[in-house]
Amino acid sequence: MPDALPERPRLAPGVRLHFDKTREAWVLLGPERVIETEGPASDILSRCDGTRTVSQIVDELAVLYTAEASEIARDVEDMLAELAAKRMLV
Amino acid sequence: MSHGDTRTELPAPLGLLAELTHRCPLACPYCSNPLALDDRSDELDAATWGRVFREAAAMGVLQVHLSGGEPASRRDLVEIVALARDAGLYTNLITSAIGLDRSRLSRLKDAGLDHVQLSLQDVQAATADHIAGYSGAHRRKLSFAEAVHELGLALTVNAVIHRANIDHVSALVEVAAALGAGRVEIAHAQYYGWALRNRRALMPTRDQVMRAMQEMESIRPRYVGRLVIDMVVPDYYARRPKACVGGWGRRSLNVTPSGRVLPCHAAESIPGLQFWSVLERPLLEIWRRSPAFQAFRGTDWMAEPCRSCEMREIDFGGCRCQAMAITGDPRATDPACELSSHHELIQAIAEQDASGAVEEYVYRGRPTAIPIH
Repeated sequence: MPDALPERPRLAPGVRLHFDKTREAWVLLGPERVIETEGPASDILSRCDGTRTVSQIVDELAVLYTAEASEIARDVEDMLAELAAKRMLV
Repeated sequence: MSHGDTRTELPAPLGLLAELTHRCPLACPYCSNPLALDDRSDELDAATWGRVFREAAAMGVLQVHLSGGEPASRRDLVEIVALARDAGLYTNLITSAIGLDRSRLSRLKDAGLDHVQLSLQDVQAATADHIAGYSGAHRRKLSFAEAVHELGLALTVNAVIHRANIDHVSALVEVAAALGAGRVEIAHAQYYGWALRNRRALMPTRDQVMRAMQEMESIRPRYVGRLVIDMVVPDYYARRPKACVGGWGRRSLNVTPSGRVLPCHAAESIPGLQFWSVLERPLLEIWRRSPAFQAFRGTDWMAEPCRSCEMREIDFGGCRCQAMAITGDPRATDPACELSSHHELIQAIAEQDASGAVEEYVYRGRPTAIPIH
């Protein structure tokens, strides 16, 4: 659902990224929701600040993980679209 | 994993329901509070709540739900919210809106409030106010929602569903969307506390329930990405039980206004359980060792058909309080389950209550029943 992807994604009101010391993991906290993030998810979500475009986020991730932007774009977009459908991102 | 506790594999809880007070200006007939309400003079002070929040966060709790009664009936609510956020907790306020004007809401936001959950009783003011037992409530809720939206706070609308409003479920969702909510809970009444007392006035018919469920499924696609719709299912008409509180003593705990720690808000309806208080022991010790938490933790307490059921670690035998209320035995399979020997009984109760002529609510905290128009 690429059309559901916000141009400059940011965490929805009432959603925040939190480091859970007990479980030693980044979690996304929202209304009646706790989503554990895995792998690069927290690096993607911490860049969803409403100023960066999706392609900027992809480019920064590519640098961070020394990967080709074209190889990771699909995964990043899928993750963002899924969270947007759950209204964790707007 | 938590704290090298090799004695058990007890997971850390995720949520804390903090019942700040049992006082409430509304008198909803389905209130989940117990029939015996805690007295104001016994309420924990803000400093004690602050300690409870810090202990909860240290043991792995991520979210606190400030509830009641009406939490805004506490004059020190802003201080309590600040203490919850200082402890690092995601802070959710569950409110009727009564007692929260815009300036107080703004101070709550400044104190770090993450999210507001507002109750609506119905879509029309006259019926909504009648259900709440409070004249003018609905209008105040609508202007409160506007203030929440203007301040940029996240909003969930919660509507408890019963015979008087079940034919309006899609209209309730529409109102929630129009108010700027990001999430709506269509919560079919759960029959504990005052709701159990009022079951004959609240229970919808099976046809109404089926229609409402179909209506919800048909409108769901049009709200994807705009409004999250969560349902609490009407389990008297169900075939399988709900996984009540995600399993007893497994994911969440509840602290009453006077500091007793319960595995769920209705747990005091089960005779013989021994509850420990935050005034006497640290929260972690209560979570791990309190007799009430140990009573139905895991699967060892189960009898058949739960004991050998392949669903036993998925639904945990359903709800202990419902087993108690319907069968008189808190160890029994939740009668909402079709494998329960009391399943026909709970369905018969639902159908009989739904067809009954009794149409009076017993309002909580009010001396007499008032007839419904």
